[in-house]
Amino acid sequence: MSRRICIHSAALAAVLTMGAASAQQVLITAGGATFPNPIYSKWFNDYHNKLPNIAINYQSQGSGFGVQQVTAGTVDFGASDMPMTDAQIKEFQDKRGSAILHFPTVLGADVPTYNIPGVTAKLNFTPEALAGIFLGKITKWNDPELVKANPGVSLPANDIAVVHRSEGSGTTFIWVDFLSKVSKEWETKVGRGTSVNWPVGRGGKGNEGVAGQVKQQPNSIGYVELIYALQNKMNYGKVKNASGEVVEASLASVTAAAAGMKEMPEDFRVSITNASGKGAYPISSFTWLLIPSKIADPAKKKAIKDFLAWMLADGQKMTEALAYAQLPKAVIAKEVKAIDKIQ
Amino acid sequence: MSAFTTTDFRARPPGRALAFWTRLRRGDEVAYTVTLTCALSILAITALLVFELYTNSAETRHKFGWSFLSTSVWDPVAGEFGALPFIYGTVVTSALALLIGIPLGVGAAIFLAELAPAKISNALTFLIELLAAVPSVIYGLLGIFVLVPMLRSAEPAIRAVLGWTPLFSGPFYGVSLFSAGVVLTIMIVPFIISISREVILAVPNEQREGALALGATRWETTWNVVIPFARKGIMGSIFLALARSLGETMAVTMVVGNDPKIHASLFAPGYSIAAVIANEFTEATGGLYQSALIELGLVLFGLTMVINGVARLLVLGTTRKGAA
Repeated sequence: MSRRICIHSAALAAVLTMGAASAQQVLITAGGATFPNPIYSKWFNDYHNKLPNIAINYQSQGSGFGVQQVTAGTVDFGASDMPMTDAQIKEFQDKRGSAILHFPTVLGADVPTYNIPGVTAKLNFTPEALAGIFLGKITKWNDPELVKANPGVSLPANDIAVVHRSEGSGTTFIWVDFLSKVSKEWETKVGRGTSVNWPVGRGGKGNEGVAGQVKQQPNSIGYVELIYALQNKMNYGKVKNASGEVVEASLASVTAAAAGMKEMPEDFRVSITNASGKGAYPISSFTWLLIPSKIADPAKKKAIKDFLAWMLADGQKMTEALAYAQLPKAVIAKEVKAIDKIQ
Repeated sequence: MSAFTTTDFRARPPGRALAFWTRLRRGDEVAYTVTLTCALSILAITALLVFELYTNSAETRHKFGWSFLSTSVWDPVAGEFGALPFIYGTVVTSALALLIGIPLGVGAAIFLAELAPAKISNALTFLIELLAAVPSVIYGLLGIFVLVPMLRSAEPAIRAVLGWTPLFSGPFYGVSLFSAGVVLTIMIVPFIISISREVILAVPNEQREGALALGATRWETTWNVVIPFARKGIMGSIFLALARSLGETMAVTMVVGNDPKIHASLFAPGYSIAAVIANEFTEATGGLYQSALIELGLVLFGLTMVINGVARLLVLGTTRKGAA
C-alpha cells in the first residue's frame, strides 16, 4: 500500500517537473546552407545538451532556402553561404518591417583538384590560369601559363577536361566570386551566382560528383570544398593570392585570409576571395547566419542572443575538429558587439 | 424489415430517392460514390498541379512567351532562360532507353513466360521485381562509379562500329547522354519484363493450343498468336517505362554531365528537365529564376502528355493494322 502511494507521488512529481520544464521550452527553427551543416548540427546539439529547454531545429536545404524562408518568416533565422544582396535586404525590410543582420560563423574554402596521369607534384595555379581554364581559353595542360607557374614539372600536351558543380551551391558561389575578381572577362561574360552559365565543362552533382568525375577522367580539373578534400585525403593544388604568394589551402591559411582583411564592414557582408597578406589562401569565404533584428518573442530573442554569444566563445573551439576554419579574433570581437543590435 | 419497405412504398410512389436508399442498403451506391470520389480526386490533383505550375510560372511566361521553348541559353546570373537543351536531353535519353530497353525487356518477358521452365522463370521474376524496387540514387551511384568506367573502356569498340555516324563522334568523357540512356535502360527494363510477362501469361491457353493444332511451331505460336494477343498489355508496360524515364531525376543527373547545351553526339554531356529542377531549385533565389524552374515543370508535364498521346496514336495505328 505504502509502495503504491510512493509510486503515485513519484509520478505526480515527474508530471509536475515536466510541466515546469515545458513552460520555458523554447523551440527555434532555422534553415539554410548545407556547407556548414555538420558544425551547425554539432553546435545546436551541444547547446541543447547544455540548456535542455532550448532546441534549435536546423533544416539544411541550401542557402537560397535560408534566404527565402527567413524573408517569409517561416524560420526564426536563416543561414547562407553568400551575403544577401541589397535587393534581398530591401525585400526583407518591406515584408518584415525590420532589418536583417549577418553573423559570420565559420570559414570555408574551395580547392582545385585535378587528375593528370604521370603528374604527382602539387601544382601551382595562378588566378589567370584558373580563369583561363574555366573560360575555356586555356585548353591544354602544357599551356605556357601553367608551365611558367610550375617549374620542374613536366606537363603533358593533353586537353583539359573541366568539371564543375551541377546544382546551385555556395561552393560554386565562392569559386566564381574569386574568378570574377581576378578576371574582367569572367565577370562580364559569366558573373557570380550559385549557378552560372558555364562556358566549358560538365557538371557533377555535389562534392562527391565532382570528385568522382575528376578521379575517373584523366586530364581533368574540378573544384571541391576544402573540408571534403581534407576528409577524403584528396590531392589539390596551391593558388597564388593577391600578394603574389602561392598558398596551400589549410585551416590556418583560410583564417589568415579573413584576418588579412583590412576593414570589416558594419554589416559583415564581405567577400574575402582574392585575399592578400602573408599566408592568406585566396579562395575562402565566410558563411553567415541571417538573423532578424527584431524578434517579437522575448524567450526566443534571449535564446538566440545567448546562443550567438556561446557560438562565438565556446563554439569556435569546436570548429577545427570538424575541419572548419575559425573566425579571426578581431571579427569575433566585432560580432559580440553586434549581438546587441537584436531587439 | 419487410413491413417498413411496404409502408414506405405505399406512402410515396417509388422515386429516385427511394431507389437510392435501397441501393445504398445493398452497398451499390456506397461503392459507386466512394470509387467516383477516388477517380475524381485524380482529376483534381492533376488540375491542381497544372494550376499551380501555371500560376507560379507567370513571370517567365510573360517575359519570354513561347521563346522559352525554343531558346537554348540558361544563364541564371543574367536572367536568361531557355528550355530547349533540357527538352532535348529529356527526349534523347528517354528515346535511347526505350530503343535498347524494349527489345531487351520484351525478349526477356517472352522467354520467361513462354519458353523457360517454371522454376527458372519464377526465380528470375523474383530477381527482376527486386530490381524494380531499387532506389534511383543507387542506380545513379552505380552509374557513375561502375557503369561509366565500363563504358569508357567499351568506348573504342563502340566507336569502331558506330563511329561513322555523328551520334558517336567527339570526345567521350564518361558522363554523357549515352551513359544516361544506358542507366535509364537498366532502370526501366524490369518494368517492361515484369508487366509483359504477366500479360503474356494471361493469354488463354486455347489460343496456343489452336495454333499448335494447326501445325504451327512453338515459336510461330508465340510470335504470331500469343504476342499479338498480348500486344496491348505490352504497350502498357512500355508506357509505364517511358513515364519513368521521362521523369527520372537522381540517376540521370549523376551520369548525364549536366551541361545545358545541345550536342548531336550521344557521347557529349547533356541535361534533363527533371535533373535541372532538382539541382537548382533549392538555391534559386529571385522570382524570375524560380519561375523559370517552375515553368520547366510545366514543360515536362506538357512533354509527357504529348509523347504519351503520340505513342497512343501509334499503338492505335498498329493494332488496327494487326486486326485487319
